[in-house]
Amino acid sequence: MASVTLSEAEKVYIVHGVQEDLRVDGRGREDYRCVEVETDVVSNTSGSARVKLGHTDILVGVKAEMGTPKLEKPNEGYLEFFVDCSASATPEFEGRGGDDLGTEIANTLYRIFNNKSSVDLKTLCISPREHCWVLYVDVLLLECGGNLFDAISIAVKAALFNTRIPRVRVLEDEEGSKDIELSDDPYDCIRLSVENVPCIVTLCKIGYRHVVDATLQEEACSLASLLVSVTSKGVVTCMRKVGKGSLDPESIFEMMETGKRVGKVLHASLQSVVHKEESLGPKRQKVGFLG
Amino acid sequence: MAGLELLSDQGYRVDGRRAGELRKIQARMGVFAQADGSAYIEQGNTKALAVVYGPHEGMGQGWTQGSQLKGARGRHMQDRERKTGGFVLEIRGSRARALPDRALVNCQYSSATFSTGERKRRPHGDRKSCEMGLQLRQTFEAAILTQLHPRSQIDIYVQVLQADGGTYAACVNAATLAVLDAGIPMRDFVCACSAGFVDGTALADLSHVEEAAGGPQLALALLPASGQIALLEMDARLHEDHLERVLEAAAQAARDVHTLLDRVVRQHVREASILLGD
Repeated sequence: MASVTLSEAEKVYIVHGVQEDLRVDGRGREDYRCVEVETDVVSNTSGSARVKLGHTDILVGVKAEMGTPKLEKPNEGYLEFFVDCSASATPEFEGRGGDDLGTEIANTLYRIFNNKSSVDLKTLCISPREHCWVLYVDVLLLECGGNLFDAISIAVKAALFNTRIPRVRVLEDEEGSKDIELSDDPYDCIRLSVENVPCIVTLCKIGYRHVVDATLQEEACSLASLLVSVTSKGVVTCMRKVGKGSLDPESIFEMMETGKRVGKVLHASLQSVVHKEESLGPKRQKVGFLG
Repeated sequence: MAGLELLSDQGYRVDGRRAGELRKIQARMGVFAQADGSAYIEQGNTKALAVVYGPHEGMGQGWTQGSQLKGARGRHMQDRERKTGGFVLEIRGSRARALPDRALVNCQYSSATFSTGERKRRPHGDRKSCEMGLQLRQTFEAAILTQLHPRSQIDIYVQVLQADGGTYAACVNAATLAVLDAGIPMRDFVCACSAGFVDGTALADLSHVEEAAGGPQLALALLPASGQIALLEMDARLHEDHLERVLEAAAQAARDVHTLLDRVVRQHVREASILLGD
């Protein structure tokens, strides 16, 4: 992870500020930084999204490819996650340096999606036991400014919302051999329902209180964090404690309640932003990195 | 790609351009605040991002277990680990190979897994990416005034977000802007462009369709003020009588790119000085 060195005085300043509900940049303990979300940034993907959360910059591309269903779930497609920590975030990620962090984030994403309700995988099935859609969700971490998991989960949700999978038909002829036919209309596609896709809320314990959306400096002051994966209805799908410090059970319950509360607000605003963006239609001016 | 006419009778290419016409270029400097220098460029549908860190002193030191390293360095480190009983001071990066009289330029080329039409499995570390990294390094060692920063390292990381032909050229152009954004002194801009040859005509700035057709492709990196060539690479067979025409087409295209990049830099400086209140 990109690291920043702080002096003792700066750490004390941050801890005292958090106690008074006033962080270094003026936010309260439960406030997020300004989040910028834009979808459809990369054109040769099935869906893409870019999220900028303070100094954290994430780009997610979703590619839909045809594959065979897994043996234990013959009626469903599946998602594959891959996280690439680019060297542009910090020179420590050059070569294989970013692989550890990338694997950790990818495994967390697998866990939060590992339940029946997050994404309806049955819509990804083309013909049982033979063909299904595999969605390769590729996350590119461009800049690391703290709070990676939240930004990545927001970007994944926006990219899945933006994903357009072409509609196919399976034609069977007399000998029984199957042929897959792609629809002629390029706009005829299936969309995924992202109602129940969870978002991760990271709560960092600083001193005796916890904060949401920590910057790099605040993460350097915190010894333990709790990652809570929350859906838009406030259902917790996954929870994980990270960091070298320890948490007592009351803190964990408090942090979980905060996570659920903050998560519901986050989902509501993300939903309104992506719907508003989509309502602008194909004539929308795409900004990407040029803005 | 049989049957696809790369150059029509009226002289139009597949995407409607003329033979010597460049794709639309849009660029921006200072995309990331945390890096020393960064830039983003769009050449048609090819999008590239470049980030520069440096000049800095190697990569810093860290204690690590030598057995985790692979290859020759790993075996060497394993011997040292045995002697010190577990931990070895690993000098990551190149403090060990820092040059005494000039800066070390270190480049990495990485293309996102979703950048190409078919999904790529490894973003970097494969042979093509390593070769591109070495080519970028060669290009920038010719342009950066490395004598001014002895014993230090300059890292240039290029990320291709969308590949539609001319990725090397887009990377070089983006990296030039990023190095300028970092304030590292350079001899001149480095402007790059690709060129090809179809039906007796030299084409400038090839797109993916034209590259995949299999004709000769030339990649050129130029220092425009002096006309010096920093890198020249050509694939496939080309008769030497045609070489001069193709080279001239690529050089002219690179000079056109220079005009655009110059405008972008001046615009950026103007905006920055307005923000500073000058």
